[in-house]
Amino acid sequence: MLESNARHGPAGATAVEVTAEPVLADDAAPAESSPRRAVRARRRGSRGSGVSLWLMALPGLALLFVFAYIPMAGIVIAFQSYSAVGGVFASPWVGLQNFAYLFSTSDAWRITFNTVFMNSLFIAANLVLALTIAIVLNELRGRWAWLSKFYQSVLFLPHFFSYVIVAYFALAFLDPQTGLLNKVLGFFGAAPVEWYSTPGAWPVILTVVSVWKGVGFWVIVYTAGILAISPELYEAAEVDRASKWQQVRHITLPSLTPLVILNVLLSVGGIFRADFGLFYLVTNNSATIYSTTDVIDTYVFRSLVNLGDIGMSSAAGVYQSIVGFVLILIANWLVRRRHADQALF
Amino acid sequence: MSTTVATRQPHGRRALTPMQLLLHFAMLLCALSFLMPLFLVVSASFTSEKAISSNGYSLFPSKFSVAAYRYVISDPSQLIQSYGVSILVTFVGTVLSVLVMALLGYVLSRRNFKARRALSFYVLFTMLFGGGLVPSYILMTKYLHLQNTIWALILPNLVIPWNVLLLRTFFSQLPEGVLDAARIDGAGEWRTFFRIALPMATPAIATIGMFTMLMYWNDWWLGLLYIDNPALSPVQLWLYHILSSIDSVSQNPIFASGGAVPVQSVRMAVAVLAIGPIVAAFVFFQKYFVRGITLGGIRE
Repeated sequence: MLESNARHGPAGATAVEVTAEPVLADDAAPAESSPRRAVRARRRGSRGSGVSLWLMALPGLALLFVFAYIPMAGIVIAFQSYSAVGGVFASPWVGLQNFAYLFSTSDAWRITFNTVFMNSLFIAANLVLALTIAIVLNELRGRWAWLSKFYQSVLFLPHFFSYVIVAYFALAFLDPQTGLLNKVLGFFGAAPVEWYSTPGAWPVILTVVSVWKGVGFWVIVYTAGILAISPELYEAAEVDRASKWQQVRHITLPSLTPLVILNVLLSVGGIFRADFGLFYLVTNNSATIYSTTDVIDTYVFRSLVNLGDIGMSSAAGVYQSIVGFVLILIANWLVRRRHADQALF
Repeated sequence: MSTTVATRQPHGRRALTPMQLLLHFAMLLCALSFLMPLFLVVSASFTSEKAISSNGYSLFPSKFSVAAYRYVISDPSQLIQSYGVSILVTFVGTVLSVLVMALLGYVLSRRNFKARRALSFYVLFTMLFGGGLVPSYILMTKYLHLQNTIWALILPNLVIPWNVLLLRTFFSQLPEGVLDAARIDGAGEWRTFFRIALPMATPAIATIGMFTMLMYWNDWWLGLLYIDNPALSPVQLWLYHILSSIDSVSQNPIFASGGAVPVQSVRMAVAVLAIGPIVAAFVFFQKYFVRGITLGGIRE
C-alpha cells in the first residue's frame, strides 16, 4: 500500500509523463570513431569516476532497498502463522492456510469486486468527462481565453487537497442533520437520507468525488494532447467547410486515441489498487456501507490495524500485489505492442 | 442570424459564436460547482453554531460569526504543534528527498555508467511490485523502531521512483558536451553535479520539489500508521482525529477546555486553517504543477 500511495503521489503515473526515452533504453554506444586518444581519456575518466557515481546513487538505492525491497521479501509473512515474539524469522510456517482462510470467506469476493468495479467506474467517468472538458476548453480558446484558463485552474484545484480535507467537504454535503444535500432534499419535500448508512448511494458518491478530485489532472493531460495536434489539420478542415463537430470527430478524437488507449491501459494495470483515502476517509470508515465501499486496501488496513489479524491482512496484501503485478505486466505488454517507446519497460 | 455567423467565421476567432457562449455558460456552472465544497466549508466556519444546528450548512453564513476562530485561537497549542510538525517534516523531507532523488536520477542519466540499465530497472521495479502494507508495517515498527518518531513521517517517502525516472530523463536531455567539458577541466563528479548539472536542471528540480512538498504536507497515511503521540501529529492527522471523533468530541484535547463548544463550526474553521496554505500555494505555483504533468512531455 505504501507503493500504491507512492504511485498515486502528486506526480502520478500518467501517459503524458511517460519519459521521452524508454526507461531501459539501450545506451547509445559512445562514439566509436572518435580519435583513440579521446576514447582513452574518457575511459580513464569514467573508471576514475565510477566510485563517485556509485556513492552518489547509494542513498537512493539504499532507501529503496530498505523501504521497497525488504518489504517484498516480507511476503513470506503471508505463509506463516506470524507472532510478534517470533517475528519474521521464527514464526512457524503454515503454507497456504492464510489464503485458504481468506478465500473461504465472502470478504474475498466482496473486496475484489468492489475494488475492480469502483475503479472501472472511476476510469470511465474520469476519461469521458476529461476528454469532453478538454475538447470544450479547446473550443473556447481565442477570445476570453483567460476564462478558459480560469476553468482549467478551478478544475485542477481539488487535486491539491488531501483526502482528509476531502472528507470534510463530503461531510458538509452528506451530514444527515446539517448537510447541504438533505437540506436540498427537504426543500423538494423528500425525506432526509442517512447517507453514511446507505450502501446503494456510495458507488455514485465516490465516483462524483473521484471525478471532482481527479478530472482536472486529466483535463491538463488531454489539453496538452490536443495542443500537440498539428494546426494544419484544422486549417485544412476549415477550408473544406467541415463543421466543428466534424473536426472533433475526425481530427481531435482520432489524434488523441493513442494517448487515451495508453492511459486506459495504465489505469487498468492499476485496477487492483484502490485509493485508500477515498474509501477509508470519505466514507468515514462507516461499517454499515462496507457492502459497497470495502476494497482490498481498506480490508488490509482494518485487518492489520483494528483487528490485528496479520494472517488475513498479509494474505489479502499478497493477493493484491501478485494480481496487480500480473495486470501491470499485461498492460505494459499491450502498450508495447502498439507504441514501443511509450511502454514503461 | 445564421448568415452573420457564416460571414464572420472566415475572419477568425474574434466574436463568440452562440455555441461558444453556451459552452462558456456550461463551463462556468461546472467551475462554480467544483468550488462549492470550498464555499460551503468556509461559510460554515463563519457561521454561528446555533445557526448551523438549526439551518444546517449553507453557501453563505446565515448568521455571521467568528466564534469558531476565536475558540480555536483561545487555545492554539495543538494547532501550533501540528503546524510545527508539518512544516518541519515538509521542509526536511523535501530537501532530503529532492537531493537524494536528483543524485540518483543524475547517475542513471549518465550514458557511460555501466550499471545504468540494471539500476533503472531496480528503481522501476518498485513501481510494479510491492510487498504490501503488512511487511512494511512490521519492518517500521518491530525492526526499525520508527514508530512515534519524526522519521516515520519522512523516510518512507524520500524516494518516489517515478520522480527519479523523471529526473533521470531531464538530466539525460542536458547537453552532454557541457558535462564532458567540466570533467575534462578536472572537475570531479560531485563538483560537476552540484556546480553544473544541478543548476542547469533548476526547472525540473523546482517542479519535482513542488510535488514533493505537496506530498509531505498532505500526507496523513504515514501518521495514521505510525504516530499516536499528539506532539508528533502533523496537521492532516490532527484533522483526521477531529473528524473521526465527531461523536466523542469532548474527549478530544482541543475541545476539552469545557463550556459550550461550537463543535460544528470549529471543525470547519480548523479545516479552513489547513486548506489556506494549499490554496495559496496553488495560486502562486500552479504553473509549475501544470508543467510537472507535461514534463518529459508529449513529443511530436
